[in-house]
Amino acid sequence: MTPPRRDERPGALVDGTPSRQPGPLRRAALACRDFTQQVLVIAWIETKKIQRDPTELLTRAVQPILWLGIFGVVMNRARAIPTGALSYLDFMLPGILSQSVLFIAIFYGIALIWERDLGLLHKFLVSPAYRGALVTGKAVSAGIRAISQAVIVCLLGLVMGAHLRFTPLALGGMLLFIVLGAAIFSTFSLIIACIVKTRERFMGIGQVLTMPLFFASNAIYPLSLMPDWLRLVARANPLTYQVDALRALMIQGGQSTLGLGLDLLVEVLVLVGLITLGAWMYPKAIR
Amino acid sequence: MSGPAAAPRPAAIRIEGLSRNFGALVAVDHLDLTIPAGSLFGLLGPNGAGKTTTIKMLTTLLPPTAGNAEVAGFDVQRQPREVRRSIGYIPQLISADGALTARENLMVFARLYAVPRHERKERIQQALAMIGLVEVADTLVRRYSGGMIRRLEIAQAILHRPSVLFLDEPTVGLDPVARRAVWEHVKELRARFGATILLTTHYMEEAEALCDQLAIMHQGKVVAQGSPAQLMFEADEADTLDDAFVYFAGSAIETGGTYRDTAQTRRTARRLG
Repeated sequence: MTPPRRDERPGALVDGTPSRQPGPLRRAALACRDFTQQVLVIAWIETKKIQRDPTELLTRAVQPILWLGIFGVVMNRARAIPTGALSYLDFMLPGILSQSVLFIAIFYGIALIWERDLGLLHKFLVSPAYRGALVTGKAVSAGIRAISQAVIVCLLGLVMGAHLRFTPLALGGMLLFIVLGAAIFSTFSLIIACIVKTRERFMGIGQVLTMPLFFASNAIYPLSLMPDWLRLVARANPLTYQVDALRALMIQGGQSTLGLGLDLLVEVLVLVGLITLGAWMYPKAIR
Repeated sequence: MSGPAAAPRPAAIRIEGLSRNFGALVAVDHLDLTIPAGSLFGLLGPNGAGKTTTIKMLTTLLPPTAGNAEVAGFDVQRQPREVRRSIGYIPQLISADGALTARENLMVFARLYAVPRHERKERIQQALAMIGLVEVADTLVRRYSGGMIRRLEIAQAILHRPSVLFLDEPTVGLDPVARRAVWEHVKELRARFGATILLTTHYMEEAEALCDQLAIMHQGKVVAQGSPAQLMFEADEADTLDDAFVYFAGSAIETGGTYRDTAQTRRTARRLG
């Protein structure tokens, strides 16, 4: 039998890398390249699924439509909530967008339970992919789904007469915070899925979490209206920072009460912390 | 070939005192096993004997409670990434994504295993040809039959040319024709790539047709090891491997395997069937 080519020998490094060990810098560069590629692969799977079955995106649009079309219209008339120079519609639009992103992301972990039950998760975990890359890939995937929500909510806002800002900087910043928000809550959801392991328990916990996260934030009323204890809770809620940033970025005349720099810092730190925890928890989902 | 012809083959898998407990339950109990490179090794045993737990430890999915194991020369606890780079794994459950096509499924794993970009398409095409799925490569996998899904999973597991392949009950839920097709592909894998293959099965006919060495596990331990003929001889000269299996594993109804495990196995069988 003819001996196989080097790269066909069992266990040979697939890229034919010479046996000489690369230096630490080169190793770090290769690890970064692999990590990025693995994140993109997982996100690519999601884009394929969205392309083939976009119905979920449309059904997800119902909730923000109801909030804006009913709650928003009534509260706009009542002028019961002081929102400074902004109309109530302008004030709540970033909040409703953040809420719809939260609602998509917080149930994202169910996909992990589904993949675990199928056996897909086993296969991913036996691959040499970094656990962190698999988790980040899922977070980016949730971000991709969330962008579709942004388009729907913005279009709806425009129809209702909201004053949106469309500068490239505003749009870029908005995109960044939407993806960050979706990534945070989807990773949080993934961690819960790793712990609870069954669909029934997960759905119960998801339902329990969404409303407190939404109401203990500045999504539909300002922080200044809250009692001290609730304001403290809201300041610990990543959704508050997402809404604060979106309000400053996407609404004409909108201002950040916490500071865009702080918003970004908190969101990034929370995401990094959750991804680190998620990468550690991920393999435990199959045990 | 260099060296004397009688020199023992190096071990592809070396297991020493490997144990895994789940609370009070001892799933794998001080397991010792050496599997030579290039062999097609069958791990048999009743439900709950510890086969899947052993495979999970060898594939780095589960940390052992005690003992150690080397796969392809790498320690499963200290060098898990090197182990993962060197192995292919086909779990008992379905591991191909039904929402993607076969080609896309293969592309995902080619990229996760860092198969070089310029080789990806060619390797995928070769793998599709080898398992006979070229014609349906761009069909969604959810439209595939059980046998086709298993063949695709075999292709996924060999894209990166692993030196050790783990197959956990590869033919569960398949009809006899599909089962034989899978057997042929497993044999071809060894002939073509010289990979060491460790498979678990409940089907004695499968073990006899495929494996050159077998180990029977019972209550987390290996209770017998040898070629199918040896096992039958040692089992009081049993007529069939089924009889030998009952001789070594006992005929009492097993209490192992959880409700969830059973549900998953049945679900897999239903999906593939």
